[in-house]
Amino acid sequence: MPGEDSLERLRREGRIVIVGASLAGLRAAETLRAEGFGGSLTLIGDEPYEPYDRPPLSKAVLLGKASADHTELPRLRAVDATWRLGVAASGLDMAGRRVRLADGGEVPYDRLLIATGVRARPWPKEAEAQLDGVFVLRTRDDAVKLERRMKIGPRRVFVIGAGFTGSEIASACRDQGIEVTVAERADAPLVGALGGVVGAVAADMQRENGVDLRTGVMVTGLEGDSTGRVRAAHLSDGSVVETDVVVVSLGATRNTEWLAGSGLGAGPRGIACDAGCRAFDFRGIVTDDVYAAGDVARSPNPLFGYQFLSLEHWGNAVAQAEVAAHNMISAGADRRPHMWVPAFWSSQFGVNIKSVGVPSMGDEIMITQGSLAERRFTGVYGYQGRVIAAVSFDNTRWLEFYQRLIETGAPFPPEFETVDRRPEGRQPVPADFPDPSLPTHGPTVTLSGYSPGDRQLVFTPAHP
Amino acid sequence: MRLVVDLNKCQGYAQCAFLAPDVFTMHGEESLVYSPRADEAQREKVARAVAACPVQAITAEGLNTEPLPEVSDAR
Amino acid sequence: MTQSSLLGQITDYANRADPYPIYAELRKTPVLHEEEGGAYVIGSYYDILHLLHDPRISSDAANLAAAGDDELTGPDSTGLPPSFIRLDPPEHDRLRRIANSSFGPPHCPRRIDSMRGELSRIVTELIDGLGDAREIDLVDQFAYPFPVTVICRLLGVPREDEPRFRTWVDPLVASLDPDTRRSADTEFQKAAQDARMQLGMYLAGLVEQRTKEPQDDMLSDLATSQGADGTLSMMEVLSTAVLLLIAGHETTVNLITNGMLTLLRNPEILQRLREDPGLSVRIVEELLRFEPPVQLVPQRTCIADIELRGTTIPKGSRIWLVLASGNRDPERFTDPDRFDPDRPDIEHLGFGSGIHSCFGAPLARLETQIALAELARRLDSPRLLQDPPPYRQNAVLRGPRHLPLAIGGVRP
Repeated sequence: MPGEDSLERLRREGRIVIVGASLAGLRAAETLRAEGFGGSLTLIGDEPYEPYDRPPLSKAVLLGKASADHTELPRLRAVDATWRLGVAASGLDMAGRRVRLADGGEVPYDRLLIATGVRARPWPKEAEAQLDGVFVLRTRDDAVKLERRMKIGPRRVFVIGAGFTGSEIASACRDQGIEVTVAERADAPLVGALGGVVGAVAADMQRENGVDLRTGVMVTGLEGDSTGRVRAAHLSDGSVVETDVVVVSLGATRNTEWLAGSGLGAGPRGIACDAGCRAFDFRGIVTDDVYAAGDVARSPNPLFGYQFLSLEHWGNAVAQAEVAAHNMISAGADRRPHMWVPAFWSSQFGVNIKSVGVPSMGDEIMITQGSLAERRFTGVYGYQGRVIAAVSFDNTRWLEFYQRLIETGAPFPPEFETVDRRPEGRQPVPADFPDPSLPTHGPTVTLSGYSPGDRQLVFTPAHP
Repeated sequence: MRLVVDLNKCQGYAQCAFLAPDVFTMHGEESLVYSPRADEAQREKVARAVAACPVQAITAEGLNTEPLPEVSDAR
Repeated sequence: MTQSSLLGQITDYANRADPYPIYAELRKTPVLHEEEGGAYVIGSYYDILHLLHDPRISSDAANLAAAGDDELTGPDSTGLPPSFIRLDPPEHDRLRRIANSSFGPPHCPRRIDSMRGELSRIVTELIDGLGDAREIDLVDQFAYPFPVTVICRLLGVPREDEPRFRTWVDPLVASLDPDTRRSADTEFQKAAQDARMQLGMYLAGLVEQRTKEPQDDMLSDLATSQGADGTLSMMEVLSTAVLLLIAGHETTVNLITNGMLTLLRNPEILQRLREDPGLSVRIVEELLRFEPPVQLVPQRTCIADIELRGTTIPKGSRIWLVLASGNRDPERFTDPDRFDPDRPDIEHLGFGSGIHSCFGAPLARLETQIALAELARRLDSPRLLQDPPPYRQNAVLRGPRHLPLAIGGVRP
């Protein structure tokens, strides 16, 4: 732990390096300056672009309402940084406190923040992935290429994977009048995130909007023509779908390979860090000069049994970056925990889907407001007798109520009357997640207090 | 003008879509779709939208951000 | 109820000009419940915000009646069903969506934006109309006629009928005042019901005409709506139209008048507005915090026990949400009793929040922004002749009845 003097020196003339020049990296840099950090700041990013916003790439851009090369994030304030863009970090020397760059350079640091995020998981068969017309959608370059192809007017787009991004792409295609087939290994779209009950609603929504949805199938291969253009997708049920654009939407991989051998506790599941965003080394000992934030970080969340959660959520990236930046230049007692209740949104087929908490931890779901059939509802997920998450379809204004139920460990199933409780919402039903791996039963921690300023941790013993 | 909306905060009150309809549009009842780069000509309307947002979810450069004076920042 | 009770003081006309010290007193008791069977009164920002998003809180008129409110309610008494402001989902959502489909996005995204030029013209005409007068009443000569003209054009109600419908609107609005309601006998309530029916019948004539020959106005759209939510029954059209007509001007008149009053009490901000009309945007938001035209929401009930700050509000209780008190809550706003359009976080409760948040908010915003900017620019040396001015009786829709001003003249 640095003494007062060294902390003051760090704040005045220290060297802070941020690897990852996207949302989390930028907001961390801005927070450092806002909190008075006067030393040198370096941002390293593998893409040649200044920080841009990703969510519009699968929404506004594909709907033709924005341009993929113009989603740069507004700057909240000047960060007075040295930008190393278009050059990836290739290694970390923890003992020597240096980041190695792909161009052979090195950048020394006193404090390091890793916010390298994730990248799209490519189609695993490399030759097929190389076919012209096969895309992923994660970066600005990906979006520019896909946008260009969509404008040409493909006969049919084939989407592999019906998670949120895949579903949003399908939605954008239908909005533009483009035929689209979606292939999903599970029995419905969104089941991994929201379970089968809600997934069934998503499936109806897709089909009603003209999506050719194929569930319970795997894509066995992509076929190209003689010029190297993709022309068809082959499915495990033996069917073949002719297509000229394939979008691979199989989730994301965390960008941690560059840390291999560094001694940091980093791997395919992300970088383990404590609630204060300090990274662990591979021995499980927390470092005090390396921090992590955003999609690449995984940290224990007291609201969810201290499980390590990694959250690919926009709001999490912002909140965690702010906490990390604050803690990097603060003394122990002034540091804050990242106590973020996961919150997520998706917009598809004209419906606003939002969730709070961790739905996938839930084993049951109860529709407390509205109706699945009308696609306007709020559903609450329960785990071991408490409310663990909630989801809303076009019902977002109620969601903050349910967030408070999660924060206070409210009992599940909720018995109370609501203004729009239907007969279908009287009984909890299995949430129907494909592969439930429920964590062990531990003590819970709830948040209490009324203004954001006076939230406190209250320890409550485990349920008997 | 660059802008971003915190769609975690957004509750679909649509004030922005009423007041600056060339920049913010509703896609369905409560989904907001917006242009992350608005024309300078839209500044006055975007200012109305930023101020009117009931959950203060819109950040627009030069409207509710600090000024960016230095050149070194531009990379 | 004794007049010394806090709730009594909130409704007491003697406190109309400055209710804020009473609200400060109210916030000392987070959940105020002064008498058996009486309302639970909530005055703190976060509590109000939470309850506005709490699905255990009902706006349904039938629940309110069951909670022992002394208002006559229900379709049988007036022939008109409750408007969406007095309903819960899913009925509320359906009616509001249909009303919105002729008012705003996604179906009608440009209706309000396209009225900007017209709003400016009406404002210009009204200010021109002040002529050479050196003393004016801002309410009668500007703040009332402006939004009335606007809502008439928007709905398609003839502007010249205003003297007629005003005789029905006044008793209806008065009946919304909890104090009047409590002190008045059933005759008074009956008069309000009659007024609502008369207004409904008047609008029925217009709707019938619009059904035959639709025009570019909201009455025509309401009468002929055919979207995913189906059509409105004639009765639903009328109760929606009554709501929009009243809410469309009875609140904005107070926002504009409160605005001018506040600016005249803060001359340095008035001067800044004169130099920078764009400041009107932030001024209006701060006004909605500082002097909201709807002070409180007295028509909610809870349909389940609710625990709030250690107090249980039992199922079936009436709840008052004092928005204007929440807006002055020091737990939320620094220096809350200061009018400061530069404050960075004007997340006010002036339009409510949640599913019942003000339907006409974007129109009220534009009207007041344009009105205040033009008044600041064109009125030469305006001065308050009476401070505080005489207020309307109403504790809910609070604002000056008159705002007498001395002016040096009207600039071109």
